[in-house]
Amino acid sequence: MSLLEVRDLKKHFPIRTGVFKRTTGHVYAVDGVSFDVEKGETMGLVGESGGGKSTVGRTILRLTEATGGDVKFEDVDVMRASRTQMKSLRRDMQIVFQDPYACLNPRMRIRDIVGEGLKIHDVGTEAERKKRVSELLDTVGLNSEHAERYPHEFSGGQRQRIGIARALALNPKLIILDEPVSALDVSIRAQVLNLLEDLQNEFELTYLFVSHDLSVVKHISDRVAVLYLGKIVEISDSAVLYDMPQHPYTEALLSAVPIPDPHTERTRRRIVLEGDVPSPANPPSGCVFHPRCPRAKEICTTAMPRLVATGDAGDRHEVACYFPARFPTGGRVVSDEPLVDALPVEAG
Amino acid sequence: MAERLLAVQDLSTHFFTHAGVVRAVNGVSFTLDRGETLGIVGESGSGKTVAAMSILRLIPDPPGKVVEGSIMLGDRDLRTLDDDAMRGVRGNDIAMIFQDPMTSLNPVMKVGKQIGETIRLHQNKSKAEAWQMAVDLLARVGIPDADKRASQYPFEFSGGMRQRAMIAMAISCNPDVLIADEPTTALDVTIQAQIIEVVLEMQTRYESGVILITHDLGVIAEMSDKVMVMYGGHTVEYGPVDEIFYNAHHPYTWGLLASLPRLDESEKSRLTPIQGQPPNLITLPAGCPFTPRCPYRREQCRDQWPQHEDVGPEHGVHCWIPEEERLTIRADLPMFKESAA
Repeated sequence: MSLLEVRDLKKHFPIRTGVFKRTTGHVYAVDGVSFDVEKGETMGLVGESGGGKSTVGRTILRLTEATGGDVKFEDVDVMRASRTQMKSLRRDMQIVFQDPYACLNPRMRIRDIVGEGLKIHDVGTEAERKKRVSELLDTVGLNSEHAERYPHEFSGGQRQRIGIARALALNPKLIILDEPVSALDVSIRAQVLNLLEDLQNEFELTYLFVSHDLSVVKHISDRVAVLYLGKIVEISDSAVLYDMPQHPYTEALLSAVPIPDPHTERTRRRIVLEGDVPSPANPPSGCVFHPRCPRAKEICTTAMPRLVATGDAGDRHEVACYFPARFPTGGRVVSDEPLVDALPVEAG
Repeated sequence: MAERLLAVQDLSTHFFTHAGVVRAVNGVSFTLDRGETLGIVGESGSGKTVAAMSILRLIPDPPGKVVEGSIMLGDRDLRTLDDDAMRGVRGNDIAMIFQDPMTSLNPVMKVGKQIGETIRLHQNKSKAEAWQMAVDLLARVGIPDADKRASQYPFEFSGGMRQRAMIAMAISCNPDVLIADEPTTALDVTIQAQIIEVVLEMQTRYESGVILITHDLGVIAEMSDKVMVMYGGHTVEYGPVDEIFYNAHHPYTWGLLASLPRLDESEKSRLTPIQGQPPNLITLPAGCPFTPRCPYRREQCRDQWPQHEDVGPEHGVHCWIPEEERLTIRADLPMFKESAA
């Protein structure tokens, strides 16, 4: 049994216009996303803006209510949990947000911010809670005397540590990290990434790591799911993804990331995609990627391909493409014939 | 030898605030030749943007002031030009691309008109001519339907399109020097790749010198010919791009390179972060600003700023550690071991 099972998750935000706020359309932020997260692993969600990666994280915690689909945490149905069930679920599932400036209440002391969860869940006495907060600050590399200060007295990296301490307070099993290092400078980013790795080992945490930064996601994740316009286009072990990307979007994304090595940069072949990411309010028909895809054919405009394993790199490498890159022994092949498994069930 | 476009010598810019003097840029020197790209890399508060704004004299005064140095554009010192002459320089000789295209474009003016405005300011063109030139420029930076797009407003453009429009505006008067301040930071990576391509294309076409300001060492590796590494308002190291990446001499440069997660790393390795917090620019030590975070600091580091030391062709460093000792320390760093093997 996986710690977290997400099945066909959907979140469509209504677009309301006019005086009467009539619903005139939907933003298809997340549109049928399925994946499992095993205990103790780090699952990375990566993609560009509008891909729906943050919404996936928030929907799992029911910070926004899903439009459809199922989420199971330790076999508990999260989507249909009552308020009391949800309260206890949230002890086990925590989140760290992107913006360390916006996510801490500026009028609260660090002690109250980190200890708020303990108070809500009625853990221990006042004195015990105080001790726990000191321990937590120590764990994330801050001093216990920092507890009496306010958020504005801290730098971005320190604030992110406070956010992590708050998430750790109730000994959660799963932490959703929503772009936790994107707002930080390079030298501080490495500190926080190392801290996250240490905490994972120490407390046997499971991470869902959401980021637009492929280098960071690849570094920290065991597995990576690539999202495009609310859909997973490829999911694989992170070690495999860089060497054997199968989906043309993954290929382009990987090739677009500049590598801090001038020699490598001079010899790399870069795939520059045409055009912009379409609006999730008006996604293209068929495969959502086809208008920008260098490999698109007629069939790609008809229906979204299913996410299937091709078996080239184990069962855990799945791709949603009619013309994925294949890796039989001795090189990379792209077939002209559509992949039969990827055809939609009703058509195939 | 390539034509020297810009020579900045001992530039210092300070901000005089109620909390104290913010020493944003301290004695920074660099040069830029025709067709060359200088990358300025550093973290927030390292002074890279203030250095660039000082060149264009865009520092708000008060509280800011260029307190020292010379900025030679050809044989003119930009610090001594009067305001009228300076207006002639901006946009015409030196143009700037900003990080956030939404806040740097006028939201209530058609994109074509904004670009035409720059052209009409520096060249004797009619409105219709300027409009036509704007449309051509938009097409050149890769905006489809440039004709139609020129009569739209910035909000109708996507982030990448806006940055293209900014580039069109910047190159409209064929400037010698193009300053790009984090031109791709606000963009998605596939869009970033497009914009980098456009900038490089325009540079080849117009033979401009480009000053590229970024915190992203990947973008630096891809675009720069030479690199200036800044920390706490000081240049700590300066040199050709390969020297900076493969023969770095400053502990901060080592730290930066070691703290990056790399997409092409083959196995999971642990990052080596730089310990401590970024410096406060008001309470900078008189010596090297990196001292409190430097694992190899010694006595004189805090109180005296080290003189420039040449360590290779056009490669200079400011560091108190003697060169021999530096090389010994570096030989033991994991990332340099790897590249030597």
